[in-house]
Amino acid sequence: MAGAAPEGVTPHQYLENQTRWRRVEIAFWLATLLPFVVTPTYLSLASQIAITALFALSLDLILGYAGIVSLGHAAFFGLGAYTAGLMSKFVWGEPLTGLVAAAAIAGLVGFATSFIIARFRHLALIMITLGLGLLLHEAANSASWLTGGADGLQGVDIWPLLGAFKFDLYGRTAYAYSLVVLALMFLVARRLIHSPFGLALRGIRENAVRMSAIGAPNRSHVRKVYTISAVIAGIAGALLAQTTETVSLEVLSFERSADVLVILILGGAGRLYGGILGAIIYMVARDQFSGINPQFWYFWIGLLLVAVVMLLPNGILGGLARFAERWQGGRR
Amino acid sequence: MNGAALATRGLNKSFGSLVVAKDVELVLPHGVRYALIGPNGAGKTTLINLITGMLRPDTGRIFLGEDDITSLAPEARVRRGLARTFQINALFPQLSALEAVTLAVCERRGFAGVWWRGLPEYRDAADEAHAILASLLLGEHCYRLTHELSYGQQRLLEIALALATRPRVLLLDEPAAGVPRDESAELFAAISGLANDLTVLFIEHDMDIVFRFAARIIVMVSGGILVEGTPDEVAEDTRVREVYLGKAHHG
Repeated sequence: MAGAAPEGVTPHQYLENQTRWRRVEIAFWLATLLPFVVTPTYLSLASQIAITALFALSLDLILGYAGIVSLGHAAFFGLGAYTAGLMSKFVWGEPLTGLVAAAAIAGLVGFATSFIIARFRHLALIMITLGLGLLLHEAANSASWLTGGADGLQGVDIWPLLGAFKFDLYGRTAYAYSLVVLALMFLVARRLIHSPFGLALRGIRENAVRMSAIGAPNRSHVRKVYTISAVIAGIAGALLAQTTETVSLEVLSFERSADVLVILILGGAGRLYGGILGAIIYMVARDQFSGINPQFWYFWIGLLLVAVVMLLPNGILGGLARFAERWQGGRR
Repeated sequence: MNGAALATRGLNKSFGSLVVAKDVELVLPHGVRYALIGPNGAGKTTLINLITGMLRPDTGRIFLGEDDITSLAPEARVRRGLARTFQINALFPQLSALEAVTLAVCERRGFAGVWWRGLPEYRDAADEAHAILASLLLGEHCYRLTHELSYGQQRLLEIALALATRPRVLLLDEPAAGVPRDESAELFAAISGLANDLTVLFIEHDMDIVFRFAARIIVMVSGGILVEGTPDEVAEDTRVREVYLGKAHHG
């Protein structure tokens, strides 16, 4: 990719090279099938990981590519979760239409708020996203007639997927469902970052002033990616509501916004797979550590976060990529 | 405004009590190479910022061709054919030179918002970007990340990005700032090789280069235009001599 260019590469070949599927990517996606055979008792956890990974992917689009820092991204996750939950309660429990409804609502709210988001950067942006997140959390808390408030939403009932696969106790259906949706959304995100629009987003992250100087409509670019990100976050939230058949206020909490940010930074922002890797490490570690001592768990995450940010500024995936480059360089 | 590529009328701007633009009246005809000179703090960069919309004038109007662009956002002015470069490199450090210029081409052609098609499908955008880079001697280095390029190459990339917007008027803010003297002549040779119908205004401190490459010279002092004329006229002007010889020479 970057670095020395081989002789005689045309501009077209160079660009195609960057979008090519790598072997390690294909290996990764095949490996996501392993939990079905290797750890069949952990499929519920695997499903939660896939959902968290999808949520982190949505954040990566705005943070890793467009450089928009959000501390309130749970707003869209929660909107999706409540939309899916309420839909099953008041309309019907068919999961795929629930997913679409959740995507639509999250996208609408994302589009509406994007007009505010596109006007600000840096610290102001962090405060605004944080504020919007808190706002929605309190709104859901006080609207207990609709959301069940602090007791959570009661009466979520999801029909079998495609009318055939019941959401079982072991999480088989849940994981298959979450994984397929994650993979589909990943394809969309991957296409997006390798498109002209993806290049424009990187331009905004690298230098917004220069972007206006080449005639780029920065605000409309930001509004677009923020809306797309909100849609994906909403789908992730809906998956959680449908696969667990519960919705609690926690889906909108500040902690969830902070967690997904930590996950993305740990894994490596701006690399698509960073959020997925971060989600795997974070969720497995939490599962293991919290079994030993639930209160102590954030100590280890804090330690890991500090260590990664100090030693691997591009996250774990960034460190791995550099290691692989050196190793390949050494072999030549 | 007949025939002028760029014009300003009664442009004023102050920051508090500091006047940075004072009744600036400019008329740049098509295809002429202009140098904008003046001591440090004369308001040269401010004038470029006003013309490109990065600063709002207190009073006055700006015309690009026949159109009043005073109230347009900077990016809208670019899309109408007014491009600039920066005195201090303002590039995309983590994009390769080719990606950066391709991005500018995509923005100009109006498909930078397309997210459902791959960038490699726009083969001619990449080819055009490569041609621009090659014309500025960056062809061999176009796959390198911007921050890996040498300083002089980054200065050329500044110009390449501006050219990719296909400007009618190009404002160059000290294009050779920080470039060694022998290389800066090369850089200006590249600039003078640009299309004949392109109007160029450049800020430059090196008088040899100014007299070699400018058809006309504008001298600014304390936010106002002191003299505008051919190099010979400017060289003969006593007021200009006072500014440059009476006080310390800024280079």
